[in-house]
Amino acid sequence: MRQDLTHIERWIEPGSRVLDLGCSDGSFLLQLQESRQIRGLGLEIDEAGITAALAAGLDVVEQNMDEGLSNFPDRSFDTVVMAQTLPALHYPHQVLDEMLRIGKTGIVTFPNFAHWRCRWYLGTRGRMPVSNFMPYSWYDTPNIHFCTVQDFEALCHEKGIRILGRHMIGGSSLTHGAARLWPNLFAMTAIYHISR
Amino acid sequence: MSLPADSVGLVTPQTAHFEEGIELSCGRRLTEFELVYETYGELNSRRSNAVLICHALSGHHHAAGYHSEADRKPGWWNDCIGPGKPIDTNRFFVVSLNNIGGCHGSTGPRSINPETGSAYGPDFPPLRARDWVNSQAMLADRLGIERWAAIVGGSLGGMQAMRWALEYPDRVAHCVVIAAAMKLSAQNIAFNEIARQAIQADPDYQEGRYIDANVIPKQGLALARMVGHITYLSDDAMAEKFGRDLRAGSFEQGSAGAVEFQVESYLRYQGSVFSENFDANTYILMTKALDYFDLAREYGDDPVAAFRNANCSFMVMSFSTDWRFSPQRSREIVDALIEAGRPVSYAEIEADQGHDAFLLPIPRYVDVFSAYMKRVGVGN
Repeated sequence: MRQDLTHIERWIEPGSRVLDLGCSDGSFLLQLQESRQIRGLGLEIDEAGITAALAAGLDVVEQNMDEGLSNFPDRSFDTVVMAQTLPALHYPHQVLDEMLRIGKTGIVTFPNFAHWRCRWYLGTRGRMPVSNFMPYSWYDTPNIHFCTVQDFEALCHEKGIRILGRHMIGGSSLTHGAARLWPNLFAMTAIYHISR
Repeated sequence: MSLPADSVGLVTPQTAHFEEGIELSCGRRLTEFELVYETYGELNSRRSNAVLICHALSGHHHAAGYHSEADRKPGWWNDCIGPGKPIDTNRFFVVSLNNIGGCHGSTGPRSINPETGSAYGPDFPPLRARDWVNSQAMLADRLGIERWAAIVGGSLGGMQAMRWALEYPDRVAHCVVIAAAMKLSAQNIAFNEIARQAIQADPDYQEGRYIDANVIPKQGLALARMVGHITYLSDDAMAEKFGRDLRAGSFEQGSAGAVEFQVESYLRYQGSVFSENFDANTYILMTKALDYFDLAREYGDDPVAAFRNANCSFMVMSFSTDWRFSPQRSREIVDALIEAGRPVSYAEIEADQGHDAFLLPIPRYVDVFSAYMKRVGVGN
């Protein structure tokens, strides 16, 4: 279980409808089904993920969200979740708009590119950071739109998106407090609860 | 010879006779009728593990297993029905029938019209998918099946499965719709009309009374099948299978004989086999029913309104190179279900084989199909 997902649970109303954009093998939806009795639907394009989610008894639709989400009616879900997928999108700003059209609220998590380790790596080596957390080389990565905590909040401000809550996860328990105080420097993963 | 262990083995068709007859959507009525069907697996004590197979245009009841040890080929969907297969006969009791209007034993144009004492021929009443669904519901009653664990169909079979979900929402828990559409396109209808014209233009068609005249419009049926067959395959599949390979003749300069491509001989063979095993009036009737089908017609042409009547969960699958019922047609089904707020899953399978892919054991297709069927409860 990715640690960013456990925190999100608190923002999900029991019995609500949840759309998970990029649901992977559906483990998060499954967890929400058990803990919050939600009615979930997952979107995924990875074949292994789709099969695993189906086998787990989840509803999953093979659809590439970069090609639009116009087939989902306005306000058809209570919450639309997108975990760690934001940097892999071609049009992240448009997907954010769509999330908040389809759902009453949205939950977004992403890796913070301004984390001090990234800065250190780039600053000392002059090369794109590669770590356990971001394991890809620049030329072969699904992540094409990296952003930082400040970038994301600036985009929300520009778009008039309200931030209902945020949670920052540091690299270790030691930096957890630091991640709260100085998120742009110490948060490895940023989690936002947003609405229009 | 022993039969493969992952097949349902030897099966024997059964016949159900319905003396009460059936009211048809065209306003006419069959005063009595018969359905031929096969079953695979065991019906549990609560009768809650039954799966209905709806067949496509030229399908029939023999979907899995063998009729005799000497059979060269098993039933038409043997790759998907059997122990350990997507429709797992260790869990499910599978019912597969030949629809009315068919030519494999159920009441159809070749049957004797009790009112005239001779074969119905072209006078067999025109049918719609809902007539098949209604007659299937009568078979379910006969077998004591109140609610199907799942109804599964590919192509025209998928259309019946969807119609079931709307007409008998409380009698189906899961609806599996494969390579289907909510209605035919003008291009689909055009191809069907060529097939019908091919049959009707054959002098042996005799205005549909070829049985009385003791002839068969083989030429027309074969041509109809050839046209149909092309629409079931993809450009890639045909290139892969035949390319420009020759069966006879030569491209050498100085050779005067006509060349014959492999694809020509293949199509002729397919057409010829089909013309000996299929009834011309049934082909016309089935293609007409296909043309007529429009899931949402009775719901103000609104598929979303139509699907709001459904109570079941849906699994929709399509194949990338299927141009007869393309992935776009399946996505329309999925989108309508999403908008109607109905539980739905969807997978688009990469496959070279075109529409025919739904009959083949393509690894991802089998995986996805099996994964979905796991959730279909047998309730015992």
